[in-house]
Amino acid sequence: MKRHLISAADLTRDDAVLVLDTAEEMARLADRPIKKLPTLRGRTICNLFFEDSTRTRISFEAAEKRLSADVINFSAKGSSVSKGESLKDTAQTLAAMGVDAVVIRHSASGAPYRLANSGWIDAPVINAGDGTHQHPTQALLDAFTLRRRLIGHEAGIGQDLSGKRITIVGDVLHSRVARSNVDLLHTLGAEVTLVAPPTLVPVGVGNWPCEVSYDLDSALAKCDAVMMLRVQRERMNAAFFPTEREYSRRYGLDAQRMAKLPEHAVVMHPGPMVRGMEITAEVADSPRCTVVEQVANGVFTRMAVLYLLLGGNEPAVTQPSSPSSPSSSRTEEK
Amino acid sequence: MSKTLIRGAKVLGGEVQDVLVDGETIAEVGTGLSAEGATVVEADGQILLPGLVDLHTHLREPGREDSETVLTGTRAAASGGYTAVFAMANTFPVADTAGVVEQVWRLGREHGYCDVQPIGAVTVGLEGRKLAELGAMHESAAGVTVFSDDGKCVDDAVIMRRALEYVKAFGGVVAQHAQEPRLTEGAQMNEGVVSAELGLGGWPAVAEESIIARDVLLAEHVGSRVHICHLSTAGSVEIVRWAKSRGIDVTAEVTPHHLLLTDEMVRTYNPVYKVNPPLRTERDVMALREALADGTIDIVATDHAPHPHEDKDCEWAAAAMGMVGLETALSVVQHTMVDTGLLDWAAVADRMSFAPARIGSATGHGRPVSAGEPANLTLVDPAYRGTVDPAGFASRSRNTPYEGRELPGRVTHTFLRGRATLMDGKLA
Repeated sequence: MKRHLISAADLTRDDAVLVLDTAEEMARLADRPIKKLPTLRGRTICNLFFEDSTRTRISFEAAEKRLSADVINFSAKGSSVSKGESLKDTAQTLAAMGVDAVVIRHSASGAPYRLANSGWIDAPVINAGDGTHQHPTQALLDAFTLRRRLIGHEAGIGQDLSGKRITIVGDVLHSRVARSNVDLLHTLGAEVTLVAPPTLVPVGVGNWPCEVSYDLDSALAKCDAVMMLRVQRERMNAAFFPTEREYSRRYGLDAQRMAKLPEHAVVMHPGPMVRGMEITAEVADSPRCTVVEQVANGVFTRMAVLYLLLGGNEPAVTQPSSPSSPSSSRTEEK
Repeated sequence: MSKTLIRGAKVLGGEVQDVLVDGETIAEVGTGLSAEGATVVEADGQILLPGLVDLHTHLREPGREDSETVLTGTRAAASGGYTAVFAMANTFPVADTAGVVEQVWRLGREHGYCDVQPIGAVTVGLEGRKLAELGAMHESAAGVTVFSDDGKCVDDAVIMRRALEYVKAFGGVVAQHAQEPRLTEGAQMNEGVVSAELGLGGWPAVAEESIIARDVLLAEHVGSRVHICHLSTAGSVEIVRWAKSRGIDVTAEVTPHHLLLTDEMVRTYNPVYKVNPPLRTERDVMALREALADGTIDIVATDHAPHPHEDKDCEWAAAAMGMVGLETALSVVQHTMVDTGLLDWAAVADRMSFAPARIGSATGHGRPVSAGEPANLTLVDPAYRGTVDPAGFASRSRNTPYEGRELPGRVTHTFLRGRATLMDGKLA
């Protein structure tokens, strides 16, 4: 793997499968009474959040703590940033303090790339979401969830998502989740279809490795998973679609539409969900909806990313038949 | 009165000749000239051009002297072979009154590295709502003839119409920054394949083209002339070409960077490539080159936009737009237009001196290299090859996209009314 994780497009097929396999191993920790490994003991990781995020920040923090890292949480609100300090100055301050990795969330597309490539700080940078660009760990946790659901926990190890058909629905234009998932799912061999009103499809999407459709109903019958995207209500004021009601009618997922899915197909959502508009409560609460699993899987996947970037450079997976706990035996060697 | 003999120069890239400068004027052009007591410049076959004229420079003074001043900007201009620059109005305070334009004009005269012709704002405070005192600026000592809200588009069609009509009274021209504001809300780079991938707000070509289409029609309707700043798209070229074929009095400019760089460079997220209008596609670059060659685009203008280091050493979204250009313009034009066979040096003289002086009514500049004319001259060594090192720039700012890039050509001498402002590559 590369030294930083800025974009899902940075991952090769083997890189991505390695992360998913490692995450599978990390997931075994969840069944233990003490959910903690000493892998990153003595390492300091800074969660540098210039943009509000509860779910992602807590997920990273949980992952870091389960790997025994020392965690510094930085929020732009009320910090020196609100007094006008630049990203460069903040980065150099962290570098001076000797942090070992930076997890960054920023409203500006490309901010993590600049942080990683401008010489401001010499530490691995993990993108926790930048503007409308990328959210690679979200794509990884989605792929992990898909592999578990569509292939199986153990059966999935070493496997990619070849031949699986994934439909991503909603505000593609403003979605870092969509960009990341198109890149990663394609790398993993899946066939991706984006469904959105034309106003929410980026100009230039023709170069993306996916199909584009404006018709949700025709895309549902043949997909293995449908991934709903969050639609920000303020988009309505910018005339991306006429009304919430019309959007919901054309692009919302309700029970009637869910019934068109093949029986094995799952419904995904990166959260937070706008119930009633993009997804009905009936669908959101159905056993086919993986939203809660995605949150849990986010911790395992982020543990895997942190482990691979900071702790280990070999596969952490051992055979299930191994007499000792595979995760503990591998990680404690580090 | 001092004399200078420029010996063995290819005048406008043509025959090798000697040029004798006596005082502020060209005394003689011929072969085998000599003059006792004259300073002799051995041109050794270098290209002699009329002093370059930039219709689009940001000097930042008053208000942002940390970026550039009239002194440092005109030193940069002399380094780049310019003898006259038109200073844009988006200063602090805005150059929308006779007082501010006279201040800039006087600073230019005092420093003496090149003539500074202020551009007046079209509207008060560049706000697009109320016409600035266009007549007062014209009647001031600065004698303003070019008006522009550059940096902002005059998007109100009525205000634009009135400005076009009003300046007819004194032969002025409105230079439009063509950018439909609603279509470019949140825009950060050219809208297309790269913006979709990078997740940066897209700046559609149609935002530029729709304003140009409107303005050429307005100019036709009121019988005025309009100048379009920094064309950046193939579609804009087509509209200007159509307008000219229809007899509309429109002129247009292109920047050196739009002749060379594409939006592919933005993949680095390096704000040095962040510019307004944004870098476009390879297809646009080729269309712009072709249009400059066939005369659809009249001139090259630098849009020299200096910014301090900290305004660029940050994340893309927070960075200021613009790049410096005075000191590299001729090299980029040689690289993209001359070395590719699209323009000869006589045509370069037209696009970078004669035509901009004509559009801006800069009397004394853009004149033929012949006896009796003002001695505003630029000597260029086209065989030079070198790597751009911004540390050597005379500009106060260093925000160039060409750092470390090899570019051909070098301005060796610049003469402003017979006085060397640049001698052997060094500011005089």
